[in-house]
Amino acid sequence: MTLEAYADTIIPGEKRDPTDRAVAGAVSGGGAVASGAVELMLSPEGGLAGTLDSLAEGLNEHARDYGARLGLDLDPAVPPFVALAFTDRITLAQELLAPGHPEQELWVALAMFTTMAWDTGAHMSTTDALASGHPGLTTMGFMPPEPDGSWRFPRFSYGRALAATHPRTTPRGDPQ
Amino acid sequence: MTAHERTDVLVIGSGFGGAIPAYHLAAGGASVVVLERGPWLSADEFDHDFKFGSSSTRAFEFTMGEGMNVLGGNCVGGGSVVYFAAMPRAPRFVFERQGSLGRRMWPKSITREALDPWYDRVAQALPITQSTWDDVTYSGGVFAAACDHAGRTANPVAAAIDTDLCTNCNWMMSGCKFDAKRSLLLNYLPAAVDHGAQIRPLHEVQRIERSSEGAYLVHYTVVDPVDYRVQVDVGVIEAKIVVVAAGAAATPVILQRSEETLGAMPPAVGRYFSGNGERLNTAILNEDRVRDVLGLDRGDGLAYAANQIGRGPSAASWDRLDGSLPEFSRYSLEQLYFPPGFGTILAQAPDADGPSWFGPDKKEILRRWQSWLTIFIMSEDDNEGVFGPPPETGNADRISMQMLSRGNLRYEPTANTRHGWALADADIRDIMERDGLSRVLPWTNEVIGAYTVHPLASCRMGDDPETSALDDTNELRDHPGIFVTDGSAVPGALTVNPAFTIAAIAERAVPNIVRAAQARGVDVRYRGSLPPPARISRKAPVPLTGRDGQPVTVPSV
Ligand SMILES: Cc1cc2nc3c(=O)[nH]c(=O)nc-3n(C[C@H](O)[C@H](O)[C@H](O)COP(=O)(O)OP(=O)(O)OC[C@H]3O[C@@H](n4cnc5c(N)ncnc54)[C@H](O)[C@@H]3O)c2cc1C
Repeated sequence: MTLEAYADTIIPGEKRDPTDRAVAGAVSGGGAVASGAVELMLSPEGGLAGTLDSLAEGLNEHARDYGARLGLDLDPAVPPFVALAFTDRITLAQELLAPGHPEQELWVALAMFTTMAWDTGAHMSTTDALASGHPGLTTMGFMPPEPDGSWRFPRFSYGRALAATHPRTTPRGDPQ
Repeated sequence: MTAHERTDVLVIGSGFGGAIPAYHLAAGGASVVVLERGPWLSADEFDHDFKFGSSSTRAFEFTMGEGMNVLGGNCVGGGSVVYFAAMPRAPRFVFERQGSLGRRMWPKSITREALDPWYDRVAQALPITQSTWDDVTYSGGVFAAACDHAGRTANPVAAAIDTDLCTNCNWMMSGCKFDAKRSLLLNYLPAAVDHGAQIRPLHEVQRIERSSEGAYLVHYTVVDPVDYRVQVDVGVIEAKIVVVAAGAAATPVILQRSEETLGAMPPAVGRYFSGNGERLNTAILNEDRVRDVLGLDRGDGLAYAANQIGRGPSAASWDRLDGSLPEFSRYSLEQLYFPPGFGTILAQAPDADGPSWFGPDKKEILRRWQSWLTIFIMSEDDNEGVFGPPPETGNADRISMQMLSRGNLRYEPTANTRHGWALADADIRDIMERDGLSRVLPWTNEVIGAYTVHPLASCRMGDDPETSALDDTNELRDHPGIFVTDGSAVPGALTVNPAFTIAAIAERAVPNIVRAAQARGVDVRYRGSLPPPARISRKAPVPLTGRDGQPVTVPSV
C-alpha cells in the first residue's frame, strides 16, 4: 500500500474505487499504480524485490517524521505515507528526491521503476499491454503494432527539403 | 599451472573497437578469440517489446555512476546492435582540440585528413549512406523546419541503415528485427567467423595477467544467459596479443583490476572520461503552430504527432561546428528518439507548479508524448570523468538480472562543460520556442546526473604519457602487446556521434597490431581487405552452458 502511494505520487492517477486509500485520486485517468508499478517493482528480473519491505518502512518513517514536523494528525488505520494528503506526499517526495538527500538514489530508483511501469508496462509484453488498454501507453498515445505484432510506419517523412544544408558540408554529406 | 587454452589474439568486447581488429587479424591468418559478456542475438530474437527479459533488456546495459550514467550495448556486436546508426565524420577542428590541457590532446599523427582514408573503409564496409530529405523522418523534418524558420541550416544525417528494409518502427534500441541497421552482425563479425575467429558470448573478462613467457593470461567468467548476476563457469585463455575493446565504461576497469598481476597502469587509465558533452532537451510541440508557422502537414490531418515514428536521428544542426569559435562553445544539435523506458523520466514539464519531472504536471505532458521532440546536444566537455576502485567483477555491480548496474564512475561537470551546455540549451530554446512552436526544457541533471550513450576517452591516445594511456598506435604504454581500440582510446568529445570515428581509429590501429603480433611470432599479415556484406544476421554457433549446467542456445525469454 505504501509503495502504491509512492508510485501514485510519481505518476498520479484516479482512484480504483471510492475506498482506495493508496491512490490519492489527484488527477483523472489511470496512473502508475494502474499501469503495474508494484508488479514491476516485485518482478524478479527487476532486482528490487528484496529491498521493497525496507523501502516501504523507510518511506513510512520519513512520513512519520514529516507529520511530526508539521504537526499533522496522521490516520493510524493506514501506513503513515498513505495517511499523508497528496500535496504532502508530493512535498515529502521532493525532499527525498532532491540532490544532496543521503537516500536520493534509492528513491530515484523507485521513481524510475514507477515511471517505467507507466510508460512501458515492462511487467508484460507490450502488445498485450496495449491490447488490454494499459493506462500509461494508452494515455501517451503509443500506436499499436500491425497484426503480426511488429511496428511498421510506411509513411514517415514530409518528403521534401526543409532547410538549407550547412555551407561547409562535404560532398559526402559530412561536417568539414 | 592449470591447463588453459591458447590463441594468438584475444579480443575483449565485440563492438566497433573489438569486431574490426578481430576481422582483420583472423583474415590475416592469426587465431582469434573474442570474449563478449553479452548474449549473441540475431534478427529473429530482436523483439518489439519493452517487457523485462526481451531483447530491450538482454542487449542493453545502463550503468549508473556518480553524476554520470552510461548506456551501452551488452551483446555480440556491442553498441552497433542497439545504436541509432547516425554516422557523421568528426569535424576537422575536433582533432585540434586542447581541452583544458593547454596543448593538442590528439596524437600529432592524427588529423581529419589522416583519418579520412580509414573513415572511407568503414563507410564501405558497413556501408554508410548519405541521406536525402526523403530519408528524414517527421521528427527530423520538424526540427529542420524549425531551424530554417530561425534562420539556421539543418542537414540530413548519414546513417548505416538500409532504408529499403527499414520500417521506421523506432525499436532500434532493442536491435533491428529487419536487419535494416548495418550493425557489426552484418559485416565484420560474420566475416571474422568465416576466417576462423571464435566469438564467445556471455564471457565476461575480469582481468589480465602476464605469463612467464611474456604472453598474457586472460581470466573470464561465464554468465547465465538470463540472470547476468549468476556466474556459471570460469576460465583462462593465453594470448600473445590482447585487444581490449570493452567500451569506454569497462575497458579502464578491466585494466585497473589487472594492475596487481600486470604491474602499474599508465596514470591516464580510468581518467579523462568524456560523455561527449551530451545532453537532451525535450520540446513539447504545439501542433497548431507546427502547421501554421512551419507549414507542415503529414497529409492525414496531422501536422506532427509522430514522436513514435522513425529511426533515431535523421536531421542535425551543424551551425556551431565552426572551428573559428572558441573551444567549449562548439556543438551539434541533433533530433533524436528515445523510447519510453529511457526517454521520459527526466523530461521536465515547462511551467510546472510543483515538481517538474514527476507528479501531476509531468502526467499532463505525458498525455502529449506523441508531440514531443527530443533534441540531443553533443558538445565539448572537459574530460572530467574519473573511475574509482574497480568492483568485484565486470565494470559495475549488477542490480537487476539484466540491464541495470552501478559502477564507480564519478563525473562533476566543470564550468567549461556547463558553459557549452548553457549555450546549446539557449540555442535550442531560441529555435524551438520561436513563435510559439513549442515549450522546451533540458532534461534535469539533478535526478541522476548526466547521461551519455557516447562514453569516450577513459584510456586515451596521445603523445604525452602523463595524460594519455596509449601511444598513437593504440598500444598501452609500458604493456607491449596490449592494445585498446574502442571508444576509450578517443581522446575527447567529438561534437558529433562517435561510432564512425571509433571504427576509423580501430581500422587505423590494425596494421600496428599486426606488426606487434608478428614481432611476437604470430604468422599474420595485414591484407587490407574489407568484410563482404551479409544480408541476414547469424545465430550463435557456440553452445552455452546455463545455470543448471545444461547446454543452452541463448533462449528467448
Ligand atoms: C541507444 C544508443 C544509441 C546510439 N546511437 C549512436 C549513433 O546513432 N551514432 C553513433 O555514432 N553512436 C551511437 N551510439 C554510441 C555507439 O554505440 C558507441 O559509441 C559505440 O558502440 C562504442 O564502440 P566501442 O567499441 O567503444 O564499445 P561497444 O560498442 O560498447 O562495445 C563494447 C563491448 O564490450 C562488451 N564488454 C564490456 N565489458 C566486458 C567484459 N568485461 N568482458 C567482455 N566483454 C565486455 C560489451 O558488452 C560491449 O558489447 C549509441 C549508443 C546507444 C547506447
